Amino acid sequence: MQDNNRPIRVLVAKPGLDGHDRGAKVIARALRDAGMEVIYTGIRQSPQMIVQAAVQEDVDVIGMSILSGAHLEILPEIMSLLSDQGMDDVIVVVGGIIPEVDRQPLKDLGISEVFGPGTTTTSIVEFIGQSVHDRAGS
Amino acid sequence: MPSSDKEQWKRETLDPVVKRFPERRDNFQTDSGLVIGSLYSPEDLQRQGLDYDNDLGYPGEFPYTRGVQPNTYRGRVWTMRQYSGYGTAADTNERFRYLLENGQTGLSIAFDLPTQIGYDSDHVLANGEVGKVGVPICSLEDMETLFDQIPMAKVSTSMTINATASVLLCFYIVTARKQGVSMEEISGTVQNDILKEYIARGTYAYPPRQSMRLVVDLFKYCHDNVPKWNTISISGYHMREAGATAVQELAFTFSNAIAYVQAALDAGLKIDEFGPRLSFFFVAQNNLFEEVAKFRAARRMWARIMKDRFGAKDPRSMMLRFHTQTAGVSLTAQQPDNNLIRCTIQALSAILGGSQSLHVNSRDEALALPSEDSVQLSLRTQQILAFESGAADVVDPLGGSYYIESLTNELESQALEYIQQIDDIGGAVEAIEQGFQVREIGDSAYRHGQEVESGDRTVVGVNRFTTEEVPIEGLMRVNEEAAKSQVGRLERLRQCRDDSKVRNALERLKQVAQTDDNTVPAILECVENYCTLGEICEVLRGVFGEQDGTLSF
Repeated sequence: MQDNNRPIRVLVAKPGLDGHDRGAKVIARALRDAGMEVIYTGIRQSPQMIVQAAVQEDVDVIGMSILSGAHLEILPEIMSLLSDQGMDDVIVVVGGIIPEVDRQPLKDLGISEVFGPGTTTTSIVEFIGQSVHDRAGS
Repeated sequence: MPSSDKEQWKRETLDPVVKRFPERRDNFQTDSGLVIGSLYSPEDLQRQGLDYDNDLGYPGEFPYTRGVQPNTYRGRVWTMRQYSGYGTAADTNERFRYLLENGQTGLSIAFDLPTQIGYDSDHVLANGEVGKVGVPICSLEDMETLFDQIPMAKVSTSMTINATASVLLCFYIVTARKQGVSMEEISGTVQNDILKEYIARGTYAYPPRQSMRLVVDLFKYCHDNVPKWNTISISGYHMREAGATAVQELAFTFSNAIAYVQAALDAGLKIDEFGPRLSFFFVAQNNLFEEVAKFRAARRMWARIMKDRFGAKDPRSMMLRFHTQTAGVSLTAQQPDNNLIRCTIQALSAILGGSQSLHVNSRDEALALPSEDSVQLSLRTQQILAFESGAADVVDPLGGSYYIESLTNELESQALEYIQQIDDIGGAVEAIEQGFQVREIGDSAYRHGQEVESGDRTVVGVNRFTTEEVPIEGLMRVNEEAAKSQVGRLERLRQCRDDSKVRNALERLKQVAQTDDNTVPAILECVENYCTLGEICEVLRGVFGEQDGTLSF
């Protein structure tokens, strides 16, 4: 659980076979510059690998980047594995090429936010900071 | 009195004006961070020591700065080659025929990620990825469907395929044979540039050094058997898309090229046996003049690398031939129609730079795969540039511009410094294993991102001139049934083929892979017997080992 002195810990992950990780790496670095502790998984991570890393690293937030269009197949599996691990309180955010019509179904899975192209790193840092703060208060 | 030199002009004419009316920026830079002066004149070229005969020459002659063909597009315009593939082989066959009917002159296959990495559509890691960013091709049967009613003797085909290049080429060879077209007749390109996959994009399967052997096996096999095939397309595109500058794009592309040439020489090939079949692939980004200069610098650099460093004698080994694609990363989800204009400017740079073939991206690609209408607009963009703009009617139209020649010199000299740095590390493969290129590109990407966020770099519709966004209509969506039907076909194939032939062919491939013999004939035998891509790659993974996804940071 979030202790107020601990920096926010974030797992940045690239699920599936998509290797385009420019965005993931830029975000990882921006979160680090904002004082968060960031673990980047590297590319080509299976749902099991991501959830295992999240457990081991005891993260507050998982940020995933998908540009291949596989989000509707891969993300439900990750959310269900997280739930199996009792990690429902982890904040999950997603970025990449996600069509507008897929946003609500993803949010219905428990994903807190879907960031589209053109989102600033500043707004992502703010969103994560606020969400972790709100969760600690609830 | 007119100024007698640039210094005087600056002092007496320019500076007083700038003092009264400050310029838009304190300093102007290209995308690569090259500082741009307000004006270029003969003095700049003199200072850089530009020598027309040595550094430019005439097109079709060394060092090919002005073009590899003496008349460039006056004989034939560039090949219009839109990259496409999605859903199933049948869906993509339909799109290919639509493009050919609309005047496209070559094909370019986009494969889905499982195909690129060597997994069949029913592999657990293929979940969600089948048919998404390209077409799934798991077997000879799929390739036959892909080329149904497309005359393989007439059309040239480019395949964006790297780790699994030899398998896909074998599918192509056997499919052509079934159409009655021999290996000597087919023409096209496999990307086969595995090194850049470790630096950007990430569709590798095996570790770098084992992959290099597969690259060279394909060089050898094609030299002996498939003479019109370009055995590699050494690509700067993906590294630039990952954040590299134009200088880094040139430097990392050529340092990878040097590694391939060296590997082929080490394997006993002669430079002029494989040199003429090497081809390249660059991006066309937004900065019009820097991009034109980049293409010109690339031709000169390659000619000199092949002649001076490797002792090539055949002029064709020194001629840099390249494909260009406009910059996917420059497309914005906001005000998507603006992308049409970006793509047009980028495509113009490729034409002014003398590209041999071109893909123009589509306006909706920051949101989805391009719709049929959007792809048609991309093709029309090419046709307007080719037949209406006049840009294709003269060779190297910007050659001799003081600015373009200065930029060409500057890009070349900075890229050469970088190549020296990689040579000092021990070459491209060693540098990749140390993460050098990935770190350099990551720094550039972060800097670019910060510039956009701070507003220092304008992106129209994103950080300036924004409007309320209207959701775009008619976005392409891959049919959800495509993956299921693909898996079904694969299951049927496995049931109706001759299992003992499959097992024998795979066993022979395993034996060959364990020796130094060429793997391509053994892969061809697997393909003829309907072994699947996944089965073939599984054998190779067993022998070569597997590269995990942590190399890329």
